[in-house]
This record gives sequence, C-alpha cells and structure tokens, in this order.
Amino acid sequence: MNRLRALLAWIARGRTAVIGLPYLWLLAFFMLPFLIVLKISVSEVDGVVFKEVLSLKDGVLALSIKLSNYVFITEDDLYFKTYLSSIKYAAVTTVLCLAIGYPFAYFMARAKASLQPALLMLVMLPFWTSFLLRVYAWKGLLTEHGWVSDLLIALRVDHLLLAAGVIPALGKFMNSPFSLVLGMVYTYLPFMILPLYGNLAKMDLRLLEAASDLGATPWVAFWKVTVPLSKAGIIAGSMLVFIPCIGEFVIPELLGGPQTLMIGRVLWDEFFSNNDWPMASTVAVVMVLLILVPLAIFNRYQAQAQEQRK
Amino acid sequence: MSATPPAFLQIKDVVKDFGGGAVAVNHVSLEITKGEIFALLGSSGCGKTTLLRMLAGFETPTAGQILLNGQDLANIPTYDKPINMMFQSYALFPHLTVWENIAFGLRREGMAQDKITERVEAMLKLVQLGKLAKRKPHQLSGGQQQRVALARSLAKRPQLLLLDEPLGALDKKLREETQIELVNIIEEVGVTCVMVTHDQEEAMTMASRIAIMSEGKVLQVGAPADIYETPATRFVADFIGNVNLMDGTLAEDEADHCVIDCQDIKHYVGHGITGTAGMPVTVAVRPEKIHLSPHAPSDEDLAAGFNRAKGVVKNLSYFGSFTVYHLELPSGRMLKISQNNTQRHREHELTWGSEAWAHWSRQSQVVLTQ
Repeated sequence: MNRLRALLAWIARGRTAVIGLPYLWLLAFFMLPFLIVLKISVSEVDGVVFKEVLSLKDGVLALSIKLSNYVFITEDDLYFKTYLSSIKYAAVTTVLCLAIGYPFAYFMARAKASLQPALLMLVMLPFWTSFLLRVYAWKGLLTEHGWVSDLLIALRVDHLLLAAGVIPALGKFMNSPFSLVLGMVYTYLPFMILPLYGNLAKMDLRLLEAASDLGATPWVAFWKVTVPLSKAGIIAGSMLVFIPCIGEFVIPELLGGPQTLMIGRVLWDEFFSNNDWPMASTVAVVMVLLILVPLAIFNRYQAQAQEQRK
Repeated sequence: MSATPPAFLQIKDVVKDFGGGAVAVNHVSLEITKGEIFALLGSSGCGKTTLLRMLAGFETPTAGQILLNGQDLANIPTYDKPINMMFQSYALFPHLTVWENIAFGLRREGMAQDKITERVEAMLKLVQLGKLAKRKPHQLSGGQQQRVALARSLAKRPQLLLLDEPLGALDKKLREETQIELVNIIEEVGVTCVMVTHDQEEAMTMASRIAIMSEGKVLQVGAPADIYETPATRFVADFIGNVNLMDGTLAEDEADHCVIDCQDIKHYVGHGITGTAGMPVTVAVRPEKIHLSPHAPSDEDLAAGFNRAKGVVKNLSYFGSFTVYHLELPSGRMLKISQNNTQRHREHELTWGSEAWAHWSRQSQVVLTQ
C-alpha cells in the first residue's frame, strides 16, 4: 500500500511527467512499431497473413523465427551494394557539408555580435518552405535549360563532372550521383552549420591569443586549437547529416537515378512493388542496426565530453 | 662620463585610442630595466590591461613607440615576439595535457623533439608539477593551473614575461603563498617581468617598482615603499593603503619646516615645501603613524615635535593583530588610527566614547599640493 502510494506520488510529480511524456511517445510510436517490424522480418507468411512467432498449439509452445530473409540479404549482393552505396552517398554528403559548413559557421561565429542573429536567421530561412517543394525546385533548376544547368554548362563545369563520372553525359545533370548529392548537401547543410556555430561561438577567444603569443601563426592556431576544440560540434553536425542521409528516400526518388541505389528506395520497392513485407522489414532492421553504430560512437563521445566539462 | 645605456624596455609616449571619447592609454612613457618585476597598478578601466596587451602585440598603439632591447616591436607579428604572457585565468588549452600545453610554444619554434622533452621536463620541475604532466587542465586545481600557465609562458625563455592579474583567480590564502613562490621562480629564471594587477597588496609584495595608473595616465612610478610613504598626489595617497587626508592652507613655509592650518589641527611639518602662504594644500597621515593614548602627550613629546589632536572614540574595528579607531575631532571630522595589539591584556583600554589623544611626529605627514 505504501509502495503504491509512493509510486503514485512519483508519477504525479511534474518532473516525471515532463521527462516521461516524450519517452512514452517514443515508446508508443517508435519502439513498438520497430518491434512489430522486427517481428514481421522473422515471420513466415501463410497466404496473406503473418504467422505468429510465438504459438501455443496442443500444449506445445513453439517459437518460430524465420531467418532466411537475413540470410538472403547477405547472399544477394544487391542489398550489400545498396547499403554500401547508401553509406557512400551519406558519407560524401557529410564530408561536403562539413567542408562548406565549417568555414560558414566559423565566420558566422566570428562576425559582429549584432550581425549574428540575422546570419543565423538566414541559415534557417529554407525551413520556412516545404522540404519537398525545395527538392522539387532543384529538378527544374537542373533539367535541360534550367538556370543552374545553363550556368554549369556556361562555366564548363559539366566537363569536370563528366570526367569525375558523376553525370551521365555532357549537359545532363539530372538523375545522376551529382544531382543526388547536390540535393542532399543542399537539404542537410543547416544541420551541419547549426551545431558547429553553437560550438564555435562558445569558444574562448583568449585561447587563440594564447596560441599566437606562443608563436602560432593564425593558420596553425586554427588547426591546433580551433579545430580540436570544435570536435564536439563536428561530430554532432556529422551525425545529424549522416544518419538521416543513409535512410533518405525523397531526395533519391526525386533527384537520383538508376546509378544511385539507396536503401530508402529499395525499402519502398520491397514494401510497395514486391509486397514482400518480411523482406522489406529485414532491410529496415538492418538499416537501423547500421545507424546504431555511428550513434553509439556519438553517444560515447558525448559522455566523454560531459565528463571533461565537469 | 658615459651616457647611461637605454632601458631594456622603453615605452615612449604611447597612446591607445579605441575611439568613442575616453582614451584608454594616454601618453604613457615608462622605462623598465632588465631583470626587474614591474607592476602596473590601477582599478579596472585605468588602461593597464590595454598597455599590457600592446606589449604582447594584441593591440597596436595609436601613437608612440615600444622598444625592447632597442628594437621597435611595432613591426614584429605577435607570434614572432620574444615576449610571452601568462593570461588572466590562464587560457590553458583544454584539449591538451599539461605536458602538451607547455610544449605548445616549443613545437611552434620547430625545436627538435629531444630538446622539447628536455625543456618541458625542466619546466615541470621548476613549477613542481612533474607528477601531473599527463593531466588535462580541468583535472587540476586553480593553483596547479596557475603553475602550468607560468611554465607554459616561461618555456620559450622569453626576454619579457607579461603577467595579467597572475593571482586574480586564486582565493586569498593561496594567493599569499603563491605570491612569494611566483617571485622566486621569476627571479630564478631571471626574466624581466611586467605585471598588471588591481590588487595593491599583490603589487607591493611582488614588484620591485610600481606604476600607478588612472584614466589612461601614469600618476606615479616608484618602489612600493616610495609610493606608500611619499605619494605624489592626493589620488595616489588615497589609492594605496589607508590614509587620513586633511585639507588646509599653508600658514608658514620655511626651509626646514612648514605649518599648515587645518580645521581642528595646526600641523607642524618637519620639512619645507615650495609654495606661497595661503595656498590650499592637503596633509596626508597614515593611520599607523598616529599614536593613540588616553592621556595628553607629555611636554617631552611635544618638545620633540609631535602634533596632537583630542577627540572621542566613535568607532573601533578589531582585526586581531591591530585595531582601527575612528576618533571624532571637535569639528566632527574623523581621524583613522591603527594601533598594533602588542599585548594580550591592556588595562586602560580605549573603547566607544572614550576621550583620547592622538599624536604623531612631524616626519610622518606628507603635504600634497595636487
């Protein structure tokens, strides 16, 4: 009785509710669906229904886990290639976002204090229109006689891109690795810039003076002090770009082409073209596991950083 | 007779104007000799930190020249100057260990690895931090961080060491211990040192000479005792330590003495000043130079040239080793008097409301004309 009262008191506390509600939400709308997907991936299909994984029949408790889908994924190299290709595009996008985002965030953090809110606003401005519309817009810009397309041809950038093997032919930019990566970099750049800016703006500028005082040129001070100290921002930004990029579906669908296999599209095909839900679920589960690895690394780093700050 | 060689560090008529009214550093000239510890002392906003930052090269003077060893510093970029600074609250690199922090400057010189190791080990030994070499700054106490900062700024063997509020981040007890230790290390290394502080005790204990700054100007330069005992202006007298300032007029001025007429007291001062009778002057007497007694001073004392004043003890603050009395004079003005508590039990103790006599020698006052 006492225990029950204590439990009720604990639940009634405001803090519990504030922390608990989002977790309940995640439990109901992420954890449960994921478990259902996991279950489907190991279920046998009997006609149009999934057999129960756990069944009790004639006093026999049977656990039937069908692993053939997982085995199939390792055997058919389409999946392997698709995962690899997803990771590759996500990685390229992350690196490009970092290369573009870091200098951007750096100069934003070092800009006049009165100017910074406006610059920050500009970074977030794209979020004011629908993501889908913005990606669609690129289609128009990159097709033949689109503005960007014409500009790239005028600047003879298409020769360069063709030589790099990221467009199918001179003057054709759409449905290529180029258009895919362009779309992903464009979409995810703010997610790189914001954590980097947050990190760089907090940096103690006297450390740069100390570096300069000890004989470091501005360039050396940047590499030896600014970059190592912004490691947390780099990792956070990279995770925010890399993880959603792996599972990205809309951008490959709209801007990608036959060359650009990505796991999001394979998933869609398995679910809705092949109607093979167990297979589709298997692909999804493996993708989540794939994302867990960088997440775990990120978490470990965060924990370390917390420790250091104490 | 040969001309004296130019000072090691010459600050020649330096001005720093950030724009917007007040001039941060206003025509400052200083000469600092090799091997001395020189303190810039003043309250916040007096321009001392700006002056230090100009020496370090973080700011460029609007006008004037800074010469180190006869060489103009204006044309050398910060990272090439033979000057190192210990920053206020240290600015240690949080991502590097103690060892790497100290080695940072040496690496930038492109020194050979074995030389670096040798130098860093020597520095760690100097500041007694050998055991903590592998720690990160956040794992150290304030005092340890301060020593790492010192080792880092000394590692390159600079010709000039700059200290920005070197003990400001430490608590009082630790500060007192560290003052002496810091001076010992600086003297062991033999480096010329310019420090900035707002703490007069710190400046007095550490520095061989002090420059008092206010509103961008240097008011007085001298050894701690000179500044304390012979302040040049009313501001300096009031800024350093405690003081009784009494305004009066010059009544009599001779070669060997002068008389100053204040409201309650006629001051006989044991030296002459250059002035005309009737000019307004201020007499400064330090509280510890005044004796307080329940009895009137004897004729002997008066014959020996003591000044005196009678009043009532209005307030007293007991500090343990000494007590500060506030004596109210007939006009209502207060005289601060500090007495050492040399005995544990005193029979005729002065307390609130006691009538008492203050007397002080003719040599203990300073007459200030500005």
